[in-house]
Amino acid sequence: MKQTTWMLTCLGMLAFSADALSLSPEQERLNRVQAVQQKYPDIKFEDYVYGALAFSPDAKAQYENMMAFPPFESEIDKGRQLWETPFNNGKRYADCFPGGGRNVAGNYPYYDETMKKVVTFEMALNQCRANNGAAPYKQADMNTMGLLTAYARTLSDGMLMNIKVKGSGALAAFESGRHFFYQRRGQLNFSCASCHVDHVGEILRTEYLSMLPGQTTHWPAFRGGDYALFTLQRRYSACNQLVRAVPMEIGGEEYNNLEYFHSYLSNGLPLKSSVFRK
Amino acid sequence: MGKPLAIVTAVSLSLLLAAAFISPARAAEAPQPEPTGQELAFDNRKGNCLACHAMPGEPKAVTNTNIAPPLIGMAARFPDRRKLYGQIWDATRANPDTAMPPFGKNGILTDAEINKVVDYVYGL
Ligand code: HEC
Ligand code: HEC
Repeated sequence: MKQTTWMLTCLGMLAFSADALSLSPEQERLNRVQAVQQKYPDIKFEDYVYGALAFSPDAKAQYENMMAFPPFESEIDKGRQLWETPFNNGKRYADCFPGGGRNVAGNYPYYDETMKKVVTFEMALNQCRANNGAAPYKQADMNTMGLLTAYARTLSDGMLMNIKVKGSGALAAFESGRHFFYQRRGQLNFSCASCHVDHVGEILRTEYLSMLPGQTTHWPAFRGGDYALFTLQRRYSACNQLVRAVPMEIGGEEYNNLEYFHSYLSNGLPLKSSVFRK
Repeated sequence: MGKPLAIVTAVSLSLLLAAAFISPARAAEAPQPEPTGQELAFDNRKGNCLACHAMPGEPKAVTNTNIAPPLIGMAARFPDRRKLYGQIWDATRANPDTAMPPFGKNGILTDAEINKVVDYVYGL
C-alpha cells in the first residue's frame, strides 16, 4: 500500500515536471493570466498590479487615499538624493542608463549572455557604482540600495514590464526560477504557487492572496504601520519565512532567477513605484 | 585492538556526559502551562487552523478565511477518529496537491498535540 502511494507520488511528480518543462515562458504566462481571468472575470488585467487590493474595493479605496499623499514620501526623497548625488568623478547614476534612467526598470531582470547570469536592476545600479569608482551597496541593505531603488524605479512609472527570455542560457535561468516558484519548501510545506496560484484571491486568515501576474511591478513597497521598506527580494525572504523555510540570500542567484521568472509573468503590466502594502 | 576499544569507551563516555549535561538543563526550564486543544488550534505558531478553516460553530474563532472547508459537524462527518487524525498528521496523503501543512509528518505538532486538537475539533 505504502509502496503504491510512493510510486503514484513519483509518477505524479514526473508528469508535473514534464508538463512544466514543455511550456514556453509565454505559454506559462498566458496560462496563469487566463486562470485568474476565469476565476475572477470582473477584475481587469491592468488591475492585477494591485495584488491583494484588487479583491477588496474597501482596501483599494483606502490605498488610493493614502497614495495621494504617501506618508513615506520623505523616504523616497532620501532615495532621490542618493540618485542625484554625483560620484567622485562627477558622473551620476543617470549617466549609466539610457534616457537618464527613465523607462528602464521594466527591462530588468535580463539574462546577460557574456556574464552567463541574470542581471537585476539592483545589480545594474551596483555596476554603475563600480564603473564610477564607488563601492557596491549590499543588496539586502534597505537604507542604501532599498532607498536608491525607491526613487530610481519611480522614473519608470507607467512603463510596461518587458522581460525577454531568448537563448538556452536565458531559458535555463527562467526554468530555475520557475522551479523555485513551484517547489514546496519549509516545515509548512508550501510552494509560492500554493498561495499565489492555487489559492489566489482566497483569504488566509485575514489576508487576500495576490495573483502571480502583477506581483513584480511595484517595488519597493512600504509595509505595515511603520512603513518598513521592502524590496521585492526582501518580500521573497518574508514569504519563505512565513512557511518556516530558510530564506535565500537577497541578491543571490536563486532569488535572481526567481525574480527573472516572476517578472516575466508580469509582462505587459505597468510599473508603479513605490507603493504601500500591508 | 586496544586502541579502537579506548576510542569507543571515550565516545560512549562523552555521550554519557552529554546526556548528563542535557537532562538538568531540560529540567531547569520553567514549567510551561500545557496549551489546550483550542489554543493549539488557534495559535499561528502551532495548528493555525484559522488561517484556512472557519469554525462557524465557535464564537471565539476570529477569521475571514475561505480557503478550506469550514470545520463544523466534525463528529458526524468523521465517525472514524483515525481518519481525522490522519488528515491532520499528513493531509498530502489524501490529496498530494493540498495546501494543508503535514502537521505530524513535519513535526509542526507532536502526537500528543494532534490528539488534543482532534479532541477539540471533534466538539465543533
Ligand atoms: C503561506 C502562504 C504564502 C506562501 C507560501 C507565499 N506567500 Fe507570498 N504572500 C502571502 C501573503 C499572505 C501575502 C500578502 C498579501 C498579498 O499581497 O498577497 C504575500 C505577498 C507576496 C508578494 C507581494 C505582493 C504585493 O503586491 O505586495 C509577493 C511578491 C509574494 N508574496 C511572492 C511570493 C513568492 C515568490 C513566494 C515563494 C517564495 C511566496 N510569495 C510564498 C502568502 C504566501
Ligand atoms: C494553509 C491551509 C490549511 C491549514 C493551516 C489547515 N488546513 Fe485543514 N485543510 C486545508 C484544505 C485546503 C483542505 C481541503 C482538502 C484538501 O485540500 O486536502 C483541508 C481539509 C481539512 C479537513 C478535511 C475537511 C473535510 O471536510 O473533509 C480537516 C478535518 C482539516 N483540514 C483540519 C484541519 C485542522 C484541525 C487544522 C489545524 C491543526 C488545519 N486543518 C489546518 C487547508 C488547511
